[in-house]
Amino acid sequence: MQITLDVNGESRTADVDEDTPLLWVLRESLALTGTKFGCGIAACGACTVHVNGTAVRSCSVPASAMQGQKITTIEGLAPKEQPHPLQTAWIAQQVPQCGYCQSGMIMAAAALLARNPHPSDAEISAEVTNICRCGTYERVRRAIHSAAQGPTEGGAP
Amino acid sequence: MNKWTRRTVIATGGLIGGGLALGVAGIAFAPNRLRVVPDNRDGMPQLTTWVKIGPDNTVSVIVPHCEMGTGVHTALAMMCAEELEADWSQVRVEEAPGTDDYANGYLVRVFVPVVAVVPKYMERGIDFWTFKLTEMMDLQVTGGSSAVRGTGHMGMRLAGAGAKAMLLEAAAKQWNVPVAECSAKLSKVTHAGSGRTLTYGELAAAASLLAPPVHPHLKSREDYTIVGKPTPRIDIPSKVNGSATYGVDVTLPQMLYATIAASPVFGAKLVSVDTAPAEALPGVKKVVKLENAVAVVADGYWRALKGVRSLAPQFEDTGKSKETSDTIYAGIGTALDGDKSEKVFSSGKGADALKGAAKVVEAEYRVPFLAHATMEPMNATARIADGRCEVWTGVQDPLAARAVAAKASGLKPEQVTIHNQQLGGGFGRRLPGVMDFVDQAVRIAKETSPAPVKLIWSREEDLQHDFYRPAVVGRYKAVLADGGAPTAWVSKFNIKDAAALLPYAIEHQDIRAVDAPHHVRIGAWRSVAHTQHGFFTESFVDELAHAAGKDPLQYRRDLLAHAPRHLAVLDKAAEMAGWSTPPAAGRGRGIAVVESFGSIVAEVAEVEIVDGRVKVHRVCAAVDCGDVVNPDTGTAQVEGGIIFGLSAAVFNEVTIAGGRVAQNNFHDLPMPKLADAPSITVEFIRSGATLGGLGEPGVPPVAPAIANAVFALTGKRVRSLPVRV
Repeated sequence: MQITLDVNGESRTADVDEDTPLLWVLRESLALTGTKFGCGIAACGACTVHVNGTAVRSCSVPASAMQGQKITTIEGLAPKEQPHPLQTAWIAQQVPQCGYCQSGMIMAAAALLARNPHPSDAEISAEVTNICRCGTYERVRRAIHSAAQGPTEGGAP
Repeated sequence: MNKWTRRTVIATGGLIGGGLALGVAGIAFAPNRLRVVPDNRDGMPQLTTWVKIGPDNTVSVIVPHCEMGTGVHTALAMMCAEELEADWSQVRVEEAPGTDDYANGYLVRVFVPVVAVVPKYMERGIDFWTFKLTEMMDLQVTGGSSAVRGTGHMGMRLAGAGAKAMLLEAAAKQWNVPVAECSAKLSKVTHAGSGRTLTYGELAAAASLLAPPVHPHLKSREDYTIVGKPTPRIDIPSKVNGSATYGVDVTLPQMLYATIAASPVFGAKLVSVDTAPAEALPGVKKVVKLENAVAVVADGYWRALKGVRSLAPQFEDTGKSKETSDTIYAGIGTALDGDKSEKVFSSGKGADALKGAAKVVEAEYRVPFLAHATMEPMNATARIADGRCEVWTGVQDPLAARAVAAKASGLKPEQVTIHNQQLGGGFGRRLPGVMDFVDQAVRIAKETSPAPVKLIWSREEDLQHDFYRPAVVGRYKAVLADGGAPTAWVSKFNIKDAAALLPYAIEHQDIRAVDAPHHVRIGAWRSVAHTQHGFFTESFVDELAHAAGKDPLQYRRDLLAHAPRHLAVLDKAAEMAGWSTPPAAGRGRGIAVVESFGSIVAEVAEVEIVDGRVKVHRVCAAVDCGDVVNPDTGTAQVEGGIIFGLSAAVFNEVTIAGGRVAQNNFHDLPMPKLADAPSITVEFIRSGATLGGLGEPGVPPVAPAIANAVFALTGKRVRSLPVRV
């Protein structure tokens, strides 16, 4: 079926099966490969995108059901010349190792900060449940706190 | 990350576009390993280009290792730039192409003197009798925590120092002054007397006409300005905005997609499959039968997956479909009961020391199979067209991938090109000998030729067709003297490995291995045999300390008087963790020390039991890897190693049922997440010893430190992993 999606502020169309997960439409039909495939069952979070600002694991929602929703991927999180504070913090804290899970990790963290600009450790632990096999977790936590402090306060990158 | 291809050199003509390209001969025993790289390198197959200096003053360091998140591209460039006196802001890194030119013999050299038993995947590269390096042509490995201590220490520094010497000589010639009056700094040569300066870019062409020095002078550690300073990793910016390209991201014109179902019981061949259900689905192009698998090719992954799921392939009955973890453990037990074993090490009276001993402590430990579970599932994209085969994938050894692709395609290695991509995790799963996904992709591409095909494994396929960290059982006996010190240590386990050797001073030792074959595929898992032997040895020493009524730290110290580096990391980790003061109520601490890959790591874990599960609050790690090139990246490697070890210690195991892996995906193979991550502190001890690795050595001490902490807290000894309380 022909579907129309609002992705990163642009209207995009794709011809896919009704049950095709959003992940594969993003990656294969729309060439947005920053969103990663990790498990296919919404267990790892590598495929996290925003749907109307909320973190969604795109491997487990049909793209056809996302029509009319505002979808944001890692590529559309912020303009290149003005990165999201999390992206700046991620570099300052040297968070990624292999980097594969990091798009999803950043998208999960960005959705959290949008809702809760100053999350506690417990809130971060509860909300950012992505899997990272390289074990970057403590740096992820530090980078979220650092981004939450904002560029004008001490400790920010 | 740019890729340097041989074509770019040839195409530039003249002297590499007016610059200097300096190579290091791949065989470390050549009289002069430094050569200027000409355009036509015929007859110099062992010459590897390591550094190029362009007329625009950029320095390109060519790294023969993949980047899988350990920061090797940055660290190796730092080592070259340090000796070159390069301006770091002008340094670029290029990953070497997968050609013979980049076979990294250093890896083999690092391993031969260090371990008695060389990892399986390197055996073919080594001829022990002559100590000559053979069949180097398909070794371009990133593994064994070897990049910095091998390639970096033996190659990168030499290349940088050699190029600097030539640039200095070129400047001295041009100014007609003695070389001794010239100095190099920040990619410039300065003449002290006159204050004249020339940039490396301005000197590169002239330098390339000079003979490379035989033994270039290497800098002293105290003069370092780049190495040893935390330096941001080159690969990180692309990993925060989705632009980093991994194997699974490769997209080619007319590309098709495939996914696969291999026989769930290892080793079973495909007998038959009714392809009609898949062929009837929209978008499905082809069903490809392989020797032990069936693949579906479609116009997208989802349709290929639906195709595979519609099939009911029949695989042969190999007689293994009744195997379970229990039958495999029983088989290992039978082998351990038997008389047949192979000596790993013995000293003093060996096992005879047990006879008539007054106090013998015994324990049996075991560890399960483990999956690598890299976040990027196995994948490879292949195209067979015009008599050539091209493969895009992320592997730890592109030359081995080329050999696999050549065999699968029926073409010669020189007709195969590997485009190695960044790896979404390696941990040993993408090493030579285990590249079944490359083999499959090429065989499927033969059926789709000339269209390229991207094979992506589902996570289920990935977890069920891994090459697993082996399940190992170890039996331990020790004799304690009156004071509690061990006088004899007798151990026996399956799978021979030198990782079982002891750092401790114990007079009588008998360390033996048995063979207990089974049908499950096994491979190297981050830190290889040190994962099991770190757990076994450090748990048993802890048991001996308890039996002797001694503090576990002091007990180890008493046995390590001959090993100052071990003592130093133990003391440091203990100090970091506050060992001398008791932990908070409800918490326990455990300690362990393991040497692996040339580095010694002591870790103290602090645990609590929460809702019937082990919660690790804190891990303090003290690391002696000699020196550390990029400290923040080094810290990150140890942090990551600890989380990796935690996954095995507490979170998951792979079990066998019905001859196949029982787990399917991350719901039944759980991984630690942010909420589970302990607070980790890492400190390095710069002992100045020979450089050790860092990618793996953080892993082995974690499990025993946690298990010993659980004992300290509960009084219950953990003898199998993952820990269950």
